Amino acid sequence: MVSILIAVVALLLPLIFGGYFLDFATEVLIFAIFAMSLDILLGYTGLMSFGHAAFFGVSAYAVIILGADYGVSLWLGFIAGIVTAVIAAAAIGFFCVRVKGIPFLMLTMAFSQLIYSAALKWRDFTGGSDGIGGVSRPNLFSWSLYDSNVMYVVALGFFLATFFALKRLVDSPLGRSFIGIRENEMRMRAMGCPTQQYKLLSFIISGAFAGLAGSLYALFNSFISPDAVHWAMSGDVLLMVTLGGVGSLVGPVLGAAAFLGLKYFISSTTQHWLLIIGIIFIICVLFFPRGIYGAVESLEQKLK
Amino acid sequence: MEAVLTQAFNGLVYSSVLFLLAAGLSLIFGLMNVVNIAHGSFYMLGAFFGLGVVALTGNFWLAVLIAPIIVAAIGVAVETGFIRPLYRRHHLDQVLLTFGFTLVFYDLVETFGGMQIYTLATPGILAGSIHILGNVIPVYHLFLVALGFGVGGSLWWFIDRSRIGAMVRAGVDDSNMAAGVGINVGLLFTSIFAVGAALAGLAGVAAGPELGIYAGMDVEILIPAFIVIVIGGTGSLRGAFGGSLIVGEADTFGKAYLPEMAMFLIYILMIAVLLTRPDGLFGRAKAT
Repeated sequence: MVSILIAVVALLLPLIFGGYFLDFATEVLIFAIFAMSLDILLGYTGLMSFGHAAFFGVSAYAVIILGADYGVSLWLGFIAGIVTAVIAAAAIGFFCVRVKGIPFLMLTMAFSQLIYSAALKWRDFTGGSDGIGGVSRPNLFSWSLYDSNVMYVVALGFFLATFFALKRLVDSPLGRSFIGIRENEMRMRAMGCPTQQYKLLSFIISGAFAGLAGSLYALFNSFISPDAVHWAMSGDVLLMVTLGGVGSLVGPVLGAAAFLGLKYFISSTTQHWLLIIGIIFIICVLFFPRGIYGAVESLEQKLK
Repeated sequence: MEAVLTQAFNGLVYSSVLFLLAAGLSLIFGLMNVVNIAHGSFYMLGAFFGLGVVALTGNFWLAVLIAPIIVAAIGVAVETGFIRPLYRRHHLDQVLLTFGFTLVFYDLVETFGGMQIYTLATPGILAGSIHILGNVIPVYHLFLVALGFGVGGSLWWFIDRSRIGAMVRAGVDDSNMAAGVGINVGLLFTSIFAVGAALAGLAGVAAGPELGIYAGMDVEILIPAFIVIVIGGTGSLRGAFGGSLIVGEADTFGKAYLPEMAMFLIYILMIAVLLTRPDGLFGRAKAT
């Protein structure tokens, strides 16, 4: 009950403060969706992907390209983006679920790098390293998304929808199956679970929500460049999920907030962002394997 | 025909560098089940330490000797201090840990070295080129290829013929059983990690005059190196050798004849191999 209260306050705070904090909070919500999507794949199904940015970026590109080159309304583009991400996830996932462990890691990275290379090379279509801009945030009915409050509320709406949808998923029999696959795939297969199909399903669902985050990002940023598909972006979201707490859904949200918060705070005072996040990450892996959320839970246990 | 031969030989040069990295990576993964994402960082560190030694002493050969030793020491520190506590944990935790180290090392190198590209001068006796079969081949290229084969041959002899090599092979097959028959697996692990790191560092210095030295070279070599071990199969020297030949040649010919496709080519190769032979072309699935 207390945690729900804290969450509600935390989510309303940006609206009270406004200004840069509001924009920052919007960005956090977008990446929280991205991180939660990866958590389904990594935390619940046990598949570590180093190429999740592919679906995030592909979706964002779809939104921006449709908007900039074809004049498609960004809301329609929004849906198109998610559809693109789903198709990409289905195609890539089809190949990737055939392998496990390190080959899976490498394969996801390979596909994502393939998309990155395409985004870089295909200048006519994707703008190459310059990226594409020149789209404007659409209106939501009579409200302009350029009003930071409106943008934040839109992001918040999608964030809450994602959170509750994914919570529903992990508590459902399908979600339980994912966890079973993570724990012992062979046993799940022996019990008659179609693990290959389920892994692919997890991949697609995960990709779909990453696409949702990507579409929001396109809306928010009004600009896209190959950086969004680079494996560094995949690494960033992996860091967010791990820092926050793998397999907890709430963890990745905290992780996204912590990661982005640290990034902006540290980057404003020093050049050594990578060094610091690297050290924090090493400490996290060694001493806090369950991330921020796990640490908070342990603290709660100790205080009881 | 001449052009093809030249390209083939250029491919061999790149293959040699890749092999030095892949051999270490493959052994480390085969023996310890550790995916050392920081392997590219060792390569980069070796190159920069080499730069430092040359700046201080002006001697290239000293750099080739000392840099790998420093990197090996760093490797020992990382393995004993950070990776060892994680052996009981899921091997993906080690991926995350070594990934963290990649960030740390990159930042340190960028801090001390900046973003510029450095070159290491080719040492006097290896400068210039010679004519073979109508092709003009830089002597340094011959050196790199010889280095690759030399290291490969030594490693192979060592692993195949020596007692310690037998322990390594035992550890790769079944590390629990190896410990069970009295092999000091902990020492073995640290040693192999150190050797792998040293080889990567050596590659960094040796490739310096050829490929340049800059922050960011860690990632640029790491992905091809991983593609090598995925294609060749982990845990086997043969796999590292075969894989580096394939990737080195494919990448070189790709850049020469299909420049538009070059970026994609090795990825497509890897995808193709992974889907038809998930254990790699020369790999064997581990017992444990």
